[in-house]
Amino acid sequence: MAEVKKIMFTVRKAPHGSIYVYEGLEVKLIMAAYDADISVVFMDDGVFALQKGQNTKALGIKGFEATYGALVDYEISKIYVDRESLLSRGMTEADLLVIGEDEESEEPLHPQVVDADFIANLMAQQHNILCF
Amino acid sequence: MKFAVLVYEGPYNHEASDSAYNFIKAALKKGHEIRGIFFYHDGVYNVTKLMEPPQDDRHIANRWSELGALGIDIVACIAAAKRRGIVDDVLVPNVRISGLGQLTMMAIEADRMVTFGD
Repeated sequence: MAEVKKIMFTVRKAPHGSIYVYEGLEVKLIMAAYDADISVVFMDDGVFALQKGQNTKALGIKGFEATYGALVDYEISKIYVDRESLLSRGMTEADLLVIGEDEESEEPLHPQVVDADFIANLMAQQHNILCF
Repeated sequence: MKFAVLVYEGPYNHEASDSAYNFIKAALKKGHEIRGIFFYHDGVYNVTKLMEPPQDDRHIANRWSELGALGIDIVACIAAAKRRGIVDDVLVPNVRISGLGQLTMMAIEADRMVTFGD
């Protein structure tokens, strides 16, 4: 059997103001259906995509917080947030969305806040990286 | 090496499309293989035959079509294209509209995926 390829997504832009992050989410949902080992890393302004309590009503656009909050349902559970990006934007782990719940314990699952070294190491293991 | 190329930006407005094209030409010249070219976001505007740039400027859609004629698989994302009014009727030859599954296969099968755009 062919080796399962590791594919990473980086989310580096703010969730609203351009379509990159939203259309990037569509790619993740499709790719999750394929035989690939997917991880997603939120860094720079991308950390805002995981912020709780987004409201896009005044922008007149459909929000997608709910979908990011259900990535685990799409079998994407390797979700990481760059600690420095988070802290430098005045945010903490408590500001981040729940991304699903544990199948057995039904406990809420949170994105994993990690350091740059961890991300660099993870990037080095990837077959390909897609940036949104 | 087997490359896949992902283009996020529309033609003329942004250099991404030119850079992608130049990269592919250079890669082919060096003997590399291009597994495919995928247009996403506003990148789907690259392959409409409705564009009509001044004659002394490059014709970006025709350039992609010429690469397609070499047998390179060139795909515009259907979801991105539908949002932006790009349909089969307006495509230059040697380009097709298809789904994100095609991008997935490119990402899996290519040794390197190179993204052009912001």
